[in-house]
Amino acid sequence: MSSADVMIALPEIFMAVAGMALLLLGTFLTRNPTRVITWLTILVLAFVFVTVAWETPARTTAFEGMFVADQFGRFMKLLVLLGSGLALAMSTGYVEREQMSRFEFPVLILFATLGMMLMISANDLISLYLGLEMQSLALYVVAAFRRETVRSTEAGLKYFVLGALSSGMLLYGASLVYGFAGTTRFEELATVLAGDAVSAGAVIGLVFIAAGIAFKISAVPFHMWTPDVYEGAPTPVTAFFAAAPKIAAMALCARVLLGPFVGLTNEWQQILIVVSVGSMLLGAFAAINQTNIKRLMAYSSIGNVGYALVGLAAGTEQGLRGVLIYMAIYLFMTLGTFACILAMKQKGRMVEQIADLAGLSRTNPMLALALALFMFSMAGIPPLAGFFAKYFVFLAAVEAELYTLAVIGVLSSVVSAFYYWRIVRVMYFEDAVEGLDRPMEPGIAAVLAVSTAVITLFILLPGAILGGARIAAQSLFPA
Amino acid sequence: MFVQALAFYLFAAVAIAAGVMVISSRNPVHSVLFLILAFFNAAGLFILMGAEFLAMILVVVYVGAVAVLFLFVVMMLDINFVELRQGFLQYLPFGALVALALLAELALVLGTWLVSPEASALSRAPTPPADQITNTHALGAVIYTDYIYLFQAAGIILLISMIGAIVLTLRQREGVRRQSVPRQIARRREEAVELKKVPTRSGI
Repeated sequence: MSSADVMIALPEIFMAVAGMALLLLGTFLTRNPTRVITWLTILVLAFVFVTVAWETPARTTAFEGMFVADQFGRFMKLLVLLGSGLALAMSTGYVEREQMSRFEFPVLILFATLGMMLMISANDLISLYLGLEMQSLALYVVAAFRRETVRSTEAGLKYFVLGALSSGMLLYGASLVYGFAGTTRFEELATVLAGDAVSAGAVIGLVFIAAGIAFKISAVPFHMWTPDVYEGAPTPVTAFFAAAPKIAAMALCARVLLGPFVGLTNEWQQILIVVSVGSMLLGAFAAINQTNIKRLMAYSSIGNVGYALVGLAAGTEQGLRGVLIYMAIYLFMTLGTFACILAMKQKGRMVEQIADLAGLSRTNPMLALALALFMFSMAGIPPLAGFFAKYFVFLAAVEAELYTLAVIGVLSSVVSAFYYWRIVRVMYFEDAVEGLDRPMEPGIAAVLAVSTAVITLFILLPGAILGGARIAAQSLFPA
Repeated sequence: MFVQALAFYLFAAVAIAAGVMVISSRNPVHSVLFLILAFFNAAGLFILMGAEFLAMILVVVYVGAVAVLFLFVVMMLDINFVELRQGFLQYLPFGALVALALLAELALVLGTWLVSPEASALSRAPTPPADQITNTHALGAVIYTDYIYLFQAAGIILLISMIGAIVLTLRQREGVRRQSVPRQIARRREEAVELKKVPTRSGI
């Protein structure tokens, strides 16, 4: 280890130290520690965001090649930091109302974000696993954070047991790959696995690693935990789950498949096609019957992961660029929708049934308009940003001659438009039984404003996301 | 050589016998104690192979922490193990079948296992010869230098699990008398002692 290594990983080291300092501070604060620590955590995330955005690294590795900083990592880290920060900003009111007011909550979110940063920067199977586990462990705890309610503890326990299973699969796969290659570094694995004589054991290892990661991005057939965990976890935690961890796991998926396993592209392409088709179809059809909006969002997120995997299945630079654009736009759509869900209160009590939205267009026209915009964007209706997200991944699939995949994607996106439209119909064409409370917390309003702006103005100013995604995608495909 | 062989068969036989006793003894506390015996004998086998670090870790982690934890769970939780155990034997044929299938698969995999020709050259920290350096020393030389990143990351994971355990289980209970050292020190004689003049032969 040298000082150069420390400089490369400085944002992560700063986050770790800040997390421990906030933990100490929280125990000594006597007046309203949760609120203070939450805003300090947001400040830390914002500071790290600026430092990550500031540097434009050429690809450098640190710590004996276990940690990599590059443009791809920078883009994904910015998204993750944004997702965590905004999700935390939305949570303040809910945390205080629903007996979750313990200062460990923001600290755990900070450590989960740190785990995601390590996942994105992983350049070795061991650092990949440690990053993943750091993230997951913090997520299990926040899922069960309302420990006096049965549903929250059930969500946490379910997530924990299934998450441990998926970690086991990932580790088993990693051990098989290591057994073949004798190394865990991604660059060396790439050269070894590009050879002609790749044993069946290494391919089985790839399958197990892919299964472990598919669990983390909740792709079919490893999606079973998602609806229950999304429904049971406290709503701000669900918003956080749907945003940042998905992006980090998708980044990990892209880095692993296009890095060490690039020589086995034909093998993993088949897996990704099946997983992607399954996720898109399940996301489209299983969501139709849902009455709980958090469950609906769970199925919607499964479908969205399917669409993003279409781009990755192409295995090209175009495809990866599509994935990055998709995840960036998905982040804002999801956070915006969850801001609307967090604003759903009747007489100070949280409600989460779709029927509770009835007549929202008259009781709260601005919120109804915003939610309608997010739903149309998720359904992929131009000129909203969601359309372009889907456009770029399907375009990459067509260019890679995966026509069937693209056609199934378009069809399932038509089916999913049906249930998104249902929410809009309930808001605009049904009469209110009992209206929702009007005043909105400033944090939620801010997130709502930011994400609405991004979704609607994307068509006018697409440069930031498109350009960033292009540079990031190039960095994983050395010319 | 003869002593080594004798030690190997002794450790191996005791380990297997203890393993059988773990699943067959009626008293769960006995099971845990046999488990500890099995761990100790496995540690002995490691020492015979020259892996003294693994042997130490096995004793420290498994005997010192895991087995004691088991003992706590077994003694604190009110579980009727006799009831749990009922009909246990009827799964034996099926379990044996699964074990046999696994064994066959393992043999097949090991028989056809292919190691990449580049694998030995890529090894990052090759095992040094045992007569030059003990493997505790060899591990210690890399874990805080080359692998500092992983070591620290693992530390943060442990910190998170500690925070999680406290957050999810610590409850502020009402009506618990806690010791407050400042209050004890600040207590004055007048508050604590009351002097009464007791008349002779009459009590208070």
